[in-house]
Amino acid sequence: MFKKILIANRGEIACRVIKSAQKMGIRTVAVYSDADAHALHVKMADEAVHIGPPPANQSYIVIDKIMDAIRQTGAEAVHPGYGFLSENMKFAEALEKEGVAFIGPPSPAIESMGDKITSKKIAQEAGVSTVPGYMGLIEDADEAVKISEEIGFPVMIKASAGGGGKGMRIAWNAEEAREGFQSSKNEAANSFGDDRIFIEKFVTQPRHIEIQVLADKHGNCVYLHERECSIQRRNQKVIEEAPSPFLDEATRKAMGEQACALAKAVGYTSAGTVEFIVDGDKNFYFLEMNTRLQVEHPVTELITGVDLVEQMIRVADGEKLPFTQKDLKINGWAIENRLYAEDPYRNFLPSIGRLTRYRPPVEGPTDRGGIVRNDTGVYEGGEISMYYDPMIAKLCTWAPTRAEAIEEMRLALDTFEVEGIGHNLPFVGAVMDHPRFVSGDITTAFIAEEYPEGFQGAVLDEELLRRIAAATAAMNRVAEIRRTRISGRLGNHERHVGEDWVVSLQGQDYAVKIAADRDGATVSFAGGGKHRVTSDWTPGDPLARLEVDRDPLVLKVGKIPSGFRIRCRGADLKVHVRTPRQAELAQLMPEKLPPDTSKFLLCPMPGLIVKIAVEEGQEVQEGQALATVEAMKMENILRAEKRGVVSKINAAAGDSLRVDDVIMEFE
Amino acid sequence: MKDILSELEDRRAQARLGGGQRRIDAQHARGKLTARERIELLLDEGSFEEFDMFKAHRCVDFGMQEDRPSGDGVVTGWGTVNGRMVYVFSQDFTVFGGSLSETHAEKICKIMDMAVQNGAPVIGINDSGGARIQEGVASLAGYAEVFQRNIMASGVVPQISLIMGPCAGGAVYSPAMTDFIFMVKDSSYMFVTGPDVVKTVTNEVVTAEQLGGASTHTKKSPVAEGAYENDVEALAETRRLIDFLPLSNREKAPVRPFFDDVARIEESLDTLIPANPNQPYDMKELIVKVADEGDFFEIQKDFAGNIITGFIRIEGQTVGVVANQPMVLAGCLDIDSSRKAARFVRFCDAFEIPILTFVDVPGFLPGTGQEYGGVIKHGAKLLFAYGEATVPKVTVITRKAYGGAYDVMASKHLRGDFNYAWPTAEIAVMGAKGAVEILYRSELGDPDKIAVRTRDYEDRFANPFVAAEKGFIDEVIQPRSTRKRVARAFASLRSKKLSNPWKKHDNIPL
Repeated sequence: MFKKILIANRGEIACRVIKSAQKMGIRTVAVYSDADAHALHVKMADEAVHIGPPPANQSYIVIDKIMDAIRQTGAEAVHPGYGFLSENMKFAEALEKEGVAFIGPPSPAIESMGDKITSKKIAQEAGVSTVPGYMGLIEDADEAVKISEEIGFPVMIKASAGGGGKGMRIAWNAEEAREGFQSSKNEAANSFGDDRIFIEKFVTQPRHIEIQVLADKHGNCVYLHERECSIQRRNQKVIEEAPSPFLDEATRKAMGEQACALAKAVGYTSAGTVEFIVDGDKNFYFLEMNTRLQVEHPVTELITGVDLVEQMIRVADGEKLPFTQKDLKINGWAIENRLYAEDPYRNFLPSIGRLTRYRPPVEGPTDRGGIVRNDTGVYEGGEISMYYDPMIAKLCTWAPTRAEAIEEMRLALDTFEVEGIGHNLPFVGAVMDHPRFVSGDITTAFIAEEYPEGFQGAVLDEELLRRIAAATAAMNRVAEIRRTRISGRLGNHERHVGEDWVVSLQGQDYAVKIAADRDGATVSFAGGGKHRVTSDWTPGDPLARLEVDRDPLVLKVGKIPSGFRIRCRGADLKVHVRTPRQAELAQLMPEKLPPDTSKFLLCPMPGLIVKIAVEEGQEVQEGQALATVEAMKMENILRAEKRGVVSKINAAAGDSLRVDDVIMEFE
Repeated sequence: MKDILSELEDRRAQARLGGGQRRIDAQHARGKLTARERIELLLDEGSFEEFDMFKAHRCVDFGMQEDRPSGDGVVTGWGTVNGRMVYVFSQDFTVFGGSLSETHAEKICKIMDMAVQNGAPVIGINDSGGARIQEGVASLAGYAEVFQRNIMASGVVPQISLIMGPCAGGAVYSPAMTDFIFMVKDSSYMFVTGPDVVKTVTNEVVTAEQLGGASTHTKKSPVAEGAYENDVEALAETRRLIDFLPLSNREKAPVRPFFDDVARIEESLDTLIPANPNQPYDMKELIVKVADEGDFFEIQKDFAGNIITGFIRIEGQTVGVVANQPMVLAGCLDIDSSRKAARFVRFCDAFEIPILTFVDVPGFLPGTGQEYGGVIKHGAKLLFAYGEATVPKVTVITRKAYGGAYDVMASKHLRGDFNYAWPTAEIAVMGAKGAVEILYRSELGDPDKIAVRTRDYEDRFANPFVAAEKGFIDEVIQPRSTRKRVARAFASLRSKKLSNPWKKHDNIPL
């Protein structure tokens, strides 16, 4: 076995690889850029080599610098992680030349699978189902109709040079095919100056389902079943699970065997993934093969018990796979949520900065028989930099069934504390409660269809609101009683904390009566019903772990005047707990609507105004640059979200602004 | 006998109605609570004891003798906030627009006198159209009587003013002399002369909100210490503030049970200071991580953001925090920040509240604007305030402590009790670049030489150890253990006794 390996990557995946290597008794070498000098992977590795400035094209993907690091440390093998150099054939070749093992597939496999057309051809030859289509030049509309009919409707008519939906038409019959061909051709000619058109089967209700394969250098190849990755935002996977709630045993087997056939056809070794698109009738079509470890590999590990990184290392060292296909069963269900430093309330704008608080849930077995796993590359007090992928962590849960795995995930997300930057925890939290996700009826269009206007926070159901109301009433009582224990009280005239309270949240008022005892509190609702609340929460604790009627409820707790800011299940609530009289008087307060921010350009981050690009009275077009803000030494150009006329400019170059300060107003 | 008892109830009911239901409704329609509703929210339920409920004015001019409502437009008395005694007056806008008469003033003066005598804070809720014009000079005399009591009570009991409606003309000077002013957004304003007079005299057209609204007085002017969304929120937060304050200068700051680890280690503070010395960071993170339960009551949040002031608790006891904020103007001292912090330090000293100072200050802001504005004397206020303060003083230098600003920020030389520095501290006359340009002026043409000189200077001074060698820094501490070290420092100072020489009063450069 190797004595020392180098990980040519950063972030969570570098940490992930280091963990397996350490378990195997292999010494590890990290590489790092200036921006990562204090990163977690550097702290975890036995040795670390500095490889240059922050931008990846000056550090992590410069082959010479990695080769230098290898020579310097005497590493015998390199794990490339994903991204960066993981599918770079030149890198694999450079290692080969140096006599250093590449923990990944042989370079010809990388090459042949790296090209869309070649890979599809090889797949077809290996008997893998591919999307039916015609890649040749199509002369005219008649031919387009003929080809469409051969493929079978619906079909997608696409411009060869296309992109961004331009020059793309879907046709459900001959007439539409004829029209679609002509308009695609025109659009393609105008947009790309290239009017070549091809036609392929249009996959309805598409799901993204992929097969994990693992092959050794002795001709053995197995598949470790599937992962479903249909929950995507703009082709970026967000939530993955294994197995897929959609596949049956026959389809799974067929896909698995085709994936292995493809791997064998290209002489594949190590771990790889064959991606398929699956339609509503369980027809599956080859998309591409990823010749590396996938981001979402942990869900496969959780249902198969196989450490993929360990196997990759062993295969690279020439070992035989320790199992055969029949050993690989599906055990339970695993879900992964990718935590991104993207602000869901600001259209998933990347958010960078310091993690002032970062407390992931405890990893390992849970009280309820599940498992929590969190693959991360950051720590509290660390920095999310603008140079790399905005992924903070991959939170996975496992349980015997899908429903239980989802429930484990809900609790894990509620327990996950991340402060200092914007992140998508609320969004994935909301998806975990979305009926369509819960039912498993998902497609790659899930996010676009269910959140067409973006994400404004989850709306909680009545039952959960009552549980939160009961919990906060009980918490408030603890906080109020503590307040009465202050020094300097007027003896015998102390304040008595009453039993009657009104909890207001999400526009609802609940009048409750609290009966507290040694172990907790029973909260009775005026309209009937009661909840028993127990917890060890004390004032100031930012995370409340409660039991409401013996069911766990985890709340993130902040302080607001006469109440709490509560974050839970993708919702961000202001919860007021008041005496009945206070609540009555609070009703008299005018509701102040937040200003219509669409009429303002707000400063998205604390920074310095470098330039104001428009003048008062000027008409601006969507996408036009309005101002430049410098933050963290980076210039950010702020653009108009829609057409409008600038009515007032409140800032000038040189001004230092805070987040949400108004830079300019529109008519 | 029965009738007499019920007559009392009738009279009380009448008095409680103030200016009548129609005016109460009008008050509510403006989004404002009535004087009595405000007291209800301010005090513990059922704790209010009223004085002078039936007091009526004595004016006989302009037909006033025909209309003598009980209470005369102000509700006064005492009650408790979480069981601690406070005195309160609350002006009733439904009675003569809350205008101040001689008798109205007498009611206020009565509770102020009692507050000073019995050692409890005064909370004034202001909602008044101004002087009772019908009473003429008697009304002005009433104001002055209140002013005199504000002055006498200053530094004896905490005085808090809530502006919950108009407060104009002479009326502004009573809140102006109290310790804290809080306003309500959109429904309160304060100014010496209103928009009409402004227009007549200067031709300036301005709305009441622009001239003296909550936003104006918390952002443009430093008159108010804070602004809240509505009456309910303002009163809830006032209760929260009172929990931080001692009842009088005869008592120590209050203590309450706390749920936090005194020795809590915050590893994330080790990375708070960025690698680049010119990159800012948020000092509030340090304050919140040092405080019990992360609870911080900020004073003047929206004004002079280059310095942060406010209250936290350590081991359950109130501590006043002053901290440079590198996120705003690099945390430098200037006229506004010096005045803001000086006033806060003097409040803490007057009421025996220990002071914790976090320092990251590159110096005083240069420029004609500052010099013409008198930064010399304004900066001296903060220096003076720290120097005269006899309360426990603990200082932590996190990064820069340059030049005169180092001296000012609760340095050892100003009787600092514990002066700590993080390993990242740089205590020097100025930054390396500036120092080298002065020290090696003749070598300025040679960038290589200058680079070497700069590095030498950094090696020598860009650290806390030169100051530590001289004993100006008591100990260099790990950022992560700041809470523990600060808590132990304050614990050791619980019996601190220090007094200044006798004087009638000092002559702080006002």
